[in-house]
Amino acid sequence: MSDAVTAPKGASSVGPVAQVEERGLQGMVTLRADLSEPALAGAVKAATGCALPETRQILYNGDRAVAWMSPDELLLLVPYVDTVDVVAALEAALAGVHHLAVDVSDARASFAISGPGAREVLARLCPVDLSPVAFGPGEIRRTRLAQVPAAFWTDEAGRFTLVCFRSVARYAFDALVGAASGDKVGYFQES
Amino acid sequence: MSMRLEQGGRLINREKPLGFVFDSNRLKGFEGDTLASALLGAGKMLVNRSYKYHRPRGIVASGPEEPNALVGLGQGAWFEPDQRATTTELFDGLTAMPQNAWPSLGFDVMAVNGWMSKFMPAGFYYKTFIWPRAFWKHVYEPVIREAAASGRPPQEPDADKYEHFYAFVDVLVVGGGIAGLQAALTAGKSGARVLLMEQTAHWGGRAPVDGAEIDGKPADDWIAETLAALEAMENVTLRNRTMGAGVFDHGYALGYERVADHTPGDGRVRHRLWRIRAKQIVTATGAIERPLSFAGNDVPGVMLASAMRDYVVNYGVAPGRKVVVVTNNDDAYRTVLALIDAGLEVPVVVDARERSDGPLASEAMRRGVAVECGAAIMKVKGKKRVEGVMLCRGNGTGGAGAPVECDAVAMSGGWSPVVHLWSHCGGKLKWSEENAHFYPDPSRAPTGAQGEAFVRTAGIASGAMGTGSVLKDAAAAGAAASRSAGFKARAAAAKAADAEEWPMKPVWVMPEQALPELRSKMFLDFQNDVKVADIQLAVQEGYESVELTKRYTTLGMANDQGKLSNINGLAILADSLGAEIPQVGTTTFRPPYQPISFGSIAGEARGEIFQPLRRTPMHDWHEHNGVAWEPVGHWRRPYCYPKPGEDHEAAVAREVLATRNSLGLLDASTLGKLVVKGPDAGRFLDMLYTNKMSTLKPGKCRYGLMCNENGFLSDDGVVARLDEDTFLCHTTSGGADRIHGWMEDWLQCEWWDWKVYVANVTEQWGQIAVVGPNARKLLEKLGGMDVSKEALPFMGWVEGELDGITVRIFRISFSGELSYELAVPAGEAMALWSKLLVAGREWSITPYGTEALHIMRAEKGFIMIGDETDGTVIPQDLGLGWAISKKKDDYLGKRAQERSHMVSPDRWKLVGLETLDGSVLPDGAYAVGKGVNGNGQRNTIGRVTSTYMSPTLGKGIAMGLVHHGPDRMGEVIKFVATDESVIEAKIVSPVFYDPDGEKQDV
Amino acid sequence: MLILQCPYCGIQCDETELAPGGEAHLKRYGPGSTDEEFEAYLFERKNPLGVHFERWRHANGCGKWFLAARSTTTLEVFGTYKAQTTEPPAEIVAAIKAKLPDWEGRQ
Repeated sequence: MSDAVTAPKGASSVGPVAQVEERGLQGMVTLRADLSEPALAGAVKAATGCALPETRQILYNGDRAVAWMSPDELLLLVPYVDTVDVVAALEAALAGVHHLAVDVSDARASFAISGPGAREVLARLCPVDLSPVAFGPGEIRRTRLAQVPAAFWTDEAGRFTLVCFRSVARYAFDALVGAASGDKVGYFQES
Repeated sequence: MSMRLEQGGRLINREKPLGFVFDSNRLKGFEGDTLASALLGAGKMLVNRSYKYHRPRGIVASGPEEPNALVGLGQGAWFEPDQRATTTELFDGLTAMPQNAWPSLGFDVMAVNGWMSKFMPAGFYYKTFIWPRAFWKHVYEPVIREAAASGRPPQEPDADKYEHFYAFVDVLVVGGGIAGLQAALTAGKSGARVLLMEQTAHWGGRAPVDGAEIDGKPADDWIAETLAALEAMENVTLRNRTMGAGVFDHGYALGYERVADHTPGDGRVRHRLWRIRAKQIVTATGAIERPLSFAGNDVPGVMLASAMRDYVVNYGVAPGRKVVVVTNNDDAYRTVLALIDAGLEVPVVVDARERSDGPLASEAMRRGVAVECGAAIMKVKGKKRVEGVMLCRGNGTGGAGAPVECDAVAMSGGWSPVVHLWSHCGGKLKWSEENAHFYPDPSRAPTGAQGEAFVRTAGIASGAMGTGSVLKDAAAAGAAASRSAGFKARAAAAKAADAEEWPMKPVWVMPEQALPELRSKMFLDFQNDVKVADIQLAVQEGYESVELTKRYTTLGMANDQGKLSNINGLAILADSLGAEIPQVGTTTFRPPYQPISFGSIAGEARGEIFQPLRRTPMHDWHEHNGVAWEPVGHWRRPYCYPKPGEDHEAAVAREVLATRNSLGLLDASTLGKLVVKGPDAGRFLDMLYTNKMSTLKPGKCRYGLMCNENGFLSDDGVVARLDEDTFLCHTTSGGADRIHGWMEDWLQCEWWDWKVYVANVTEQWGQIAVVGPNARKLLEKLGGMDVSKEALPFMGWVEGELDGITVRIFRISFSGELSYELAVPAGEAMALWSKLLVAGREWSITPYGTEALHIMRAEKGFIMIGDETDGTVIPQDLGLGWAISKKKDDYLGKRAQERSHMVSPDRWKLVGLETLDGSVLPDGAYAVGKGVNGNGQRNTIGRVTSTYMSPTLGKGIAMGLVHHGPDRMGEVIKFVATDESVIEAKIVSPVFYDPDGEKQDV
Repeated sequence: MLILQCPYCGIQCDETELAPGGEAHLKRYGPGSTDEEFEAYLFERKNPLGVHFERWRHANGCGKWFLAARSTTTLEVFGTYKAQTTEPPAEIVAAIKAKLPDWEGRQ
């Protein structure tokens, strides 16, 4: 496992008002189940230390997190090296419950977008209201990044994390870097 | 000769002279100039030749309605045609070329006189060039293309950058004149999120030029204060140089920001396209002055009265020294006064009204200007420049006319509200008899997602004509928009008076009874060279509909889009039809309001990221090893790996033979991989596949076919059962997302009570096919897993660690050879690929591409989705009956396959084809049978679906669909190539290689 | 460019986040159905001038299919709802009738 590589292999770029960097290996598990299943909360808690997220919510616990992806799908973020164990633990905890837990760590690429222009970088590429009032920490937004599907969330420091499919990692990186190389639009109020 | 005035010019900075080049002349202007004002300042009135007749044309307007002053701007990779001089801000070093003046502006060989205009009447495209047909290609088209020279396309890729920006607002205000400022101020005070856009570099619009007073101070002061107030509001964003380009469904609007047109090369994006979602839109888009129709109204020096005022007041430029003003309304007297204030001469005002003694006219007369009432301009004298006018009575036919010397004419036919944005999404119009214009009907506004009106107009765009009315209307619009967006708003307007003006008089032709000779020199649409006589001719020929007349005569087409020509043309049409103008109606206003750059539309989607390019984990390795790529959907797959000096055909042959004889390696990562899990997973797959998947044993693989509900084959692939509840479905390379969506569709919308979950894990896994007689030896050499025939038989799969890397190994074969497909987590796929390459050296391991893959599958008679299928082929056509379960009551496509045409023995069926001489059949060639069809064409009895030179067999092989094919083994049929040569081919079994399958099952 | 609210995740979706799926509430006819029934299922579409029920997938989003009641003439959206139903829910029907009292219901 230690030899695993991500698609953009540590690419990064510094623009005038925003930086884009590839985030490295990130363990990710897709968990599909009826979210009201009683066993689910415990299994997710054991895997991530987090409660079940509400609609479009992302919850953190140190280096682990859980995000609401759809009414019957969660995304668990765990350290890459723990992924196999997490899947196994979920399988065990949800034995007898109709569910699907699958490792998707290698199927994704993730990027950090930071700096005062981070919101504007995404607002150049995503049909989403990125004003601080409309989108803040604690929410995950699945949408379109230019021409590919993507999901992103932000933290209290205004740093965004964006996840897309591995095969289009270079496309997403290039699009993000292009957007980050622009000057400030000045549309969002300073947060 | 400089026409720059000693004084004045509120927008220019005389301290900052700028140099520019027009038509190879080095000229000077000032900071703050537009290209048009700088040209006029430099004494350049003649700027272009007209589109059809190549008549000399000058600057007519001062804004986006300018029909003539279109130039090619910039050079090389920064060249752009069709740019309006009136909306181009001057910068130092600007280079512009008139784009319709071959061979030169002053001497245009194409300039045509009366004799040629007879050959270009209304609808001349349709009439003149119909016959003879061959003339089109060789005579008419080349001549028209040369003569009707619009802008030339750029010859180099655009060197600039562009971007999109998604903005969500409560209230979008389009237009930064006093109405837009007032509406934005009102909305801003309500707390709504407001975006205010102004197309020019300056705020305030016409009010300062017209000398308006607001809140007891000059308009300029009020504008500055209001701007400061808006800038202080956190919820308001101001954007100048940003045009409202279009209004679309559900509050979608486009803003076109010209970020760096005036500062080229400063590294910023050139244009930014604002993709706006607004709850409410206020269009404060102002009004456009109408020309008057008199003979020679297109001679350089004839200009809109308001534009002339703009040039004098804003830019300190005199469009002429001696200006005749012709009008049907009071507003033109503001131009008279501005000209006199600037020390210019106004020999006479030609007023079409019988009486003109309103306050503005009286002031002009008090200052010594002669006013001729009930008069008309009979014609303009001069060719490349106004030399004088002939005056006559307004109600007559013209007569002899009285000469007046002048070098410019200012004309005003009244004002038309800019209703484009209101109309883009369905806003309707009303006709004002008082002002002779169409204006928005607020009771029939564009409606949004909730059925609510979402566009309002403000100011003169609403038809409010005085400063006070404009502000009141704007405040009301801003407040109403804010309320509709959910805010509390108060419609408090700045105070101003409406100037007292006498009524205007609609005048559509000057003089009213003008004879044909004059009418054929009255231009309605300067850009498209459409005259009053053209509309009248169209009506004589039977045109009634405004939309059809527009297309027949080209009135208001191209970038005019009804800005200057619309009302005048409609009035002529209505008059010729004996109808009222509102009955005739307007043409449709379509976005964009003004042309926007292709670059801004493309945004980031250029060059490397024009489209998403999907890369496998081994992409870089392929790139470094001489790959020739093949696009497969958005994926890039190796087509082959040519060695130095090797062409593709030779490379492919080498790859096939190396694989067949020893060992080949294929990057199969693009293969779709869908995990299907749940107690109903087997039942679900039984519905999706034509064969039975529920009986598959864990540890085993089975080939399956998927059809759509029309029965046609849509995808195929191998299904592996991972455990009792879980299947892994492989799809075609391009098909993963489509089939995933297909599965979710059935699970969500039809069988929502079935307990099945699907996940698309295509990209979680790299997939590597190890193929050839030495494949097993290679895996054994790497070690860690038992891959013997006993432990891992054909169509089985196992999981384990191969030389320390976690893999699933599937014993499946698409080549007919001993073959293992290794699925490995994508992050380690490249590491495994490298290990295989190193360990495989002793067997001369050879990476192969998609073409070798295709040839090997064709040698085995395996079908390929997209080759053997085209959306009309059912599995039964392809001899795949063995993969269709007879026991199942139902599967997707089963009912369709029971239809009479689907069970007909006359369907074309899959066979192999071999040419008699060993050559390769042309792809897609049709086989011809006896007789002809109803169109006299040879009857066809089959077609080629796949065809290759087989390196293994040393001859051409093909597959095809042939009528009664499987019953005609050994028969020779004829195929016709595109060069009509006939190729004979024998019908054979589609399995050319190892028909008993001994090689893959060892 | 429409905006439709996804009833699963609540997003006001830009049309570019969605994939269209044609007419809603088709009843599937499989083996055993008459030619007429099967033809209607496969090919006959209402294509009305006015109220229309249609399928959309929140493709660049939560991935769920949902249904929308929309006017094909004014583009007014009367409501969106989850796909797990064979008929428009009562509240959607009520919303349409509130706006269009003369609407005769789904034919």
